[in-house]
Amino acid sequence: MSPGAASASSAGRTVLVVGAGPAGLAAAKAARERGASVILLDSADATGGQYWRHLPAARPSANERALHHGWSTYTALHAELDRDPGCEIVLGAQVWAIEQFGAAPGATPDAAPGADGERTDAAAAAAPAPVAVHVLVGLPDGTARRGRTFRPDALVLATGAHDRTLPFPGWDLPGVFTAGAAQAFAKGERVALGERVVIAGAGPFLLPVAASVAATGAKVLGVYEASRAAALVRGWLPKPWQLVGAAKKGGELAGYVGSHLRHRIPYVTGRAVVAAHGTDRVEAVTIAEVDADWRSIPGTERRVVADAVCVSHGFTPRLELPIAAGCELTPERFVRIDEGQATSVPGVYAAGEITGIGGVDAALAEGEIAGHVAAGGSTRDADLAAAIGARRTFTGFAARIEAAHGIRPGWTSWLEDDTIVCRCEEVPYGRLRETREATCASGLRSMKLTTRAGLGICQGRVCGRTVEELIGAGGAPGALTVDGSPSTSATTDRRPIASPLRIGELAGRAPGDPGGPVDPHTITHRPSEKGHP
Amino acid sequence: MAARMMPSRHDPIRRRDETAIGISVDGEPIAGVEGQSIAGVVLARGRLAWRTTSAEGRPRGLFCGIGVCFDCIVTVNGERDVRACQRRASDGDVVETQHDELPEAAR
Amino acid sequence: MITDVVIVGAGIVGAACARALAMAGVRVTVLERGAAASGTSAKGEGNLLVSDKGPGAELDLAVYAASLWPNLVAELADELGPAFPPLEYERKGGLVVATTDAGAAPLLAFAATQREAGVDARPVSVADALALEPWLNPAITAAVHYPDDAQVQPVIATEALLASARGNGAVVRTGVTVTGATREATGRITGVTTSEGDVRADAVLIAAGPWSGEVAGAMGVHLPVKPRRGMVLVTTRMPHRVFHKVYDGDYFGATQSSDAALQTSSVVESTAAGTVLLGSSREQVGFDERLRVDVIREVAGKALRLFPFLAEASVMRTYGGFRPFMPDHLPVIGEDHRAPGLWHASGHEGAGIGLSLATADLIVAAMLGTTPPLDPAPFGLDRASLAPHLVGETAEPEGEAA
Ligand SMILES: Cc1cc2nc3c(=O)[nH]c(=O)nc-3n(C[C@H](O)[C@H](O)[C@H](O)COP(=O)(O)OP(=O)(O)OC[C@H]3O[C@@H](n4cnc5c(N)ncnc54)[C@H](O)[C@@H]3O)c2cc1C
Ligand SMILES: Cc1cc2nc3c(=O)[nH]c(=O)nc-3n(C[C@H](O)[C@H](O)[C@H](O)COP(=O)(O)OP(=O)(O)OC[C@H]3O[C@@H](n4cnc5c(N)ncnc54)[C@H](O)[C@@H]3O)c2cc1C
Ligand code: FES
Repeated sequence: MSPGAASASSAGRTVLVVGAGPAGLAAAKAARERGASVILLDSADATGGQYWRHLPAARPSANERALHHGWSTYTALHAELDRDPGCEIVLGAQVWAIEQFGAAPGATPDAAPGADGERTDAAAAAAPAPVAVHVLVGLPDGTARRGRTFRPDALVLATGAHDRTLPFPGWDLPGVFTAGAAQAFAKGERVALGERVVIAGAGPFLLPVAASVAATGAKVLGVYEASRAAALVRGWLPKPWQLVGAAKKGGELAGYVGSHLRHRIPYVTGRAVVAAHGTDRVEAVTIAEVDADWRSIPGTERRVVADAVCVSHGFTPRLELPIAAGCELTPERFVRIDEGQATSVPGVYAAGEITGIGGVDAALAEGEIAGHVAAGGSTRDADLAAAIGARRTFTGFAARIEAAHGIRPGWTSWLEDDTIVCRCEEVPYGRLRETREATCASGLRSMKLTTRAGLGICQGRVCGRTVEELIGAGGAPGALTVDGSPSTSATTDRRPIASPLRIGELAGRAPGDPGGPVDPHTITHRPSEKGHP
Repeated sequence: MAARMMPSRHDPIRRRDETAIGISVDGEPIAGVEGQSIAGVVLARGRLAWRTTSAEGRPRGLFCGIGVCFDCIVTVNGERDVRACQRRASDGDVVETQHDELPEAAR
Repeated sequence: MITDVVIVGAGIVGAACARALAMAGVRVTVLERGAAASGTSAKGEGNLLVSDKGPGAELDLAVYAASLWPNLVAELADELGPAFPPLEYERKGGLVVATTDAGAAPLLAFAATQREAGVDARPVSVADALALEPWLNPAITAAVHYPDDAQVQPVIATEALLASARGNGAVVRTGVTVTGATREATGRITGVTTSEGDVRADAVLIAAGPWSGEVAGAMGVHLPVKPRRGMVLVTTRMPHRVFHKVYDGDYFGATQSSDAALQTSSVVESTAAGTVLLGSSREQVGFDERLRVDVIREVAGKALRLFPFLAEASVMRTYGGFRPFMPDHLPVIGEDHRAPGLWHASGHEGAGIGLSLATADLIVAAMLGTTPPLDPAPFGLDRASLAPHLVGETAEPEGEAA
């Protein structure tokens, strides 16, 4: 099972990439160019990630590119990896757990002797990442997926982000969606989620969403950006060249403005959807003017009839896998990385939205660097210069987004006592508040377990950070000093089971066969078995 | 009308050769095309909600659209908790909507 | 006379002691380094079991504790009002089953000894077991029904006990780490040193769960509490199909064994949220929190032996904690004979939720010199079964616990 010497040299290195969005695709390509064998996993049944989400092969079209920016970049990346025998692309591959093996003796058998006399720095660097990656391959949420376990030499995590929607009265009505849902269904299904659509929230992402929704033939009534013009100016104007010159991103934004003009979509700042109305589905929304802190300004409310409301206030990185692997986070709660995209865990790299919300170009640049270094390369290598330059530019872009569109605390003024905060467990804001008072604002873990907020099937992905803010608000002592340490275990981002799996799958039994373990889980896959005869 | 699929003849990306499939939702037949998610099939017919929540009995359907929120879960061919936005519809799929009541003892 | 008590730790044991002492008129300060209910009490299950204990001191304590819970739940509900979440106390009963032919006779024999000790342990036929639990594996070989087994939501219980303690005058300070003790020239302990300054007290009660050994060590005495890791799986909400606490007879062997290697025995129960908890493992790996897939795999496999239908249920979460484990499987409740002024309420292993109330009553009686509800001697630190495990009177070398 151990290729011994082979794993110590970069040529025989295996790099496992999780996530086949822009960052993961770029990482896989760079790692292949540096000579590693690569396995690229994604839970989806196509590559492309969120950005290049497209119709499945079963629904061919002549002009898919019309829906995308950089489509040829994607098709080239995909085609190259797809035909490369040194890259195994595994789709429908849900990583559900990552196990860590510390420095405990005997935990890294693959670093065992092999290349005598050469076991110096290079050998140490070539020691496999101290992790095991557990994957289920098959239909999403199936009952009989195939288990695979990987112990790669290097792991690149590129799991991206999902959009974050703040609660407001009525946000649990059918017809209220995240902006990402509108985008995903426009691009991936060609479904318009409504006829009269309101798009609201914060961030430049609202613009491509509006464009896509309009391109499904729906009427976009307006894009309502909570940040006020002043914040946008503060965020974008100190370095106006970033808006235009920072190249593709700026050009892309300008493009959406054009698309808005074509579709006559008003873009209004300093406004928020503060309530959705309807009994069994959304029928109208209240849009109010908000101040610089996003507090709604009484008297400015306006009711707008709409049948779909798409709301996002930013992005939350998908951190469960990096946390499971033991990676340190930054205070802003992204994965902490160094120059070469290396995390705090040896052999584990991170790229894309999990290191900061920087958009597709940042993801591509980071992915390239991560893949190259994971395969044994160095950031000083000449062929990385362009990616490193691009990363510098677009990291600035992330800071601009945060300065201009970052969530402001006044949003809590939209809440009523009966506004659902945790959608899964239907926990209203009033209950959270009462419990916080009755228990003198205990820790997060206790609040979750006493109210059930964040304990439902989404495991706090939707409400976790919101609950943290709501119970941390008011500054009660000890409010967020959880578990006696400020570590990642203190937050709702920690989910050792990254995606639900069936007990039968976990136990290694085929469904309907409670007696005989079939144990498909112990396959220790050495990718060098394939493509490297 | 609310949600709907963009008719292929108007779609600027010029879709072609879609294969018709049929699924049932709580016994009601619904037509779709191959490659759609179960949520896509149902939404394309203008139906916005399918799950009923446990505590308040409220309707839910698609929310995040990308497999994160689990609002859209349904039972497919007897398998519970399948995210309708993630599972592609297969011809003949038997979909049942979920309403998981809380046990008596709760509250 | 003890009028001021400092309690180290705001888990369920510290919380129960705080409430009982405060109600008895003692001035109580609880010092907790993290948040309230952030330790083991938030990382286990809430079984209040008499069924898993053989005749002896722990069973006596458990039976007494079981008698206290219903009143406590009612009292807290009155005291704290409807705004406080209910404790989810439910006397749902336990069903212990044997899954092998070889396991049947020992299970029934064990139940017979419990009956002699006054436990309501009713052997039931397989058919009757299936009537109690229709989804149970029909291949079980024996079953015993324990109507007195109950459950509670441990975090809510801890918070409620603390809220009540506060209502009775106790002070609960979170974010305060106890770092040692202050002593008189005679050696008597007079308070604690903390990250936020010294706190004086007539008595210092260590209720720091699996960290009690560390805290005692910082105060210069040895306490052989070790962490024994346990992992639990949580399913998504599903139609109600598990009605009692159902566990396999191996459970008893696992609780009573001191073996450091991984052991799992299956405990399956549903919660008020409609989820099902599958427990649990027992393993001595220090305070290593990292996920071990082989451990949860084994927990899952054992649960399927009880309830095959669970094969298609989804697990959405796993969590776990460190049971505070004493080498002779009995908690330590009472004053430290080596250090006057220092008290212990630790080492409840996998039963601290259930035993917390009884522990508090013993502590109150001993501190105030009133009549104890049952004989405290078996829980004394000076008991014979513990003697071989007590090392001198100084702290063990660092890292012992890890
Ligand atoms: C719904 C949505 C739509 C978006 N659309 C746009 C847009 O149109 N324009 C724009 O500028 N930005 C868009 N964004 C922002 C977008 O996230 C980034 O621009 C870009 O896609 C980030 O690339 P990435 O490679 O970091 O992550 P992603 O593209 O998100 O790729 C991450 C991949 O990891 C996979 N993954 C995650 N967890 C696991 C796991 N446990 N096991 C296996 N696979 C896993 C996911 O399936 C996904 O394919 C969108 C974001 C979202 C959430
Ligand atoms: C998986 C599992 C399942 C279980 N199931 C059950 C069950 O079904 N029924 C049952 O009765 N029991 C069960 N238990 C056992 C039960 O959880 C424990 O016995 C009980 O929680 C112990 O409570 P405690 O108050 O002693 O400790 P804890 O809850 O750990 O409280 C100790 C507190 O002390 C604090 N502390 C530590 N050091 C310091 C310091 N230096 N200064 C200040 N504060 C400090 C800690 O932060 C902690 O909050 C289970 C345990 C596990 C792990
Ligand atoms: S809509 Fe969120 S998971 Fe399907």
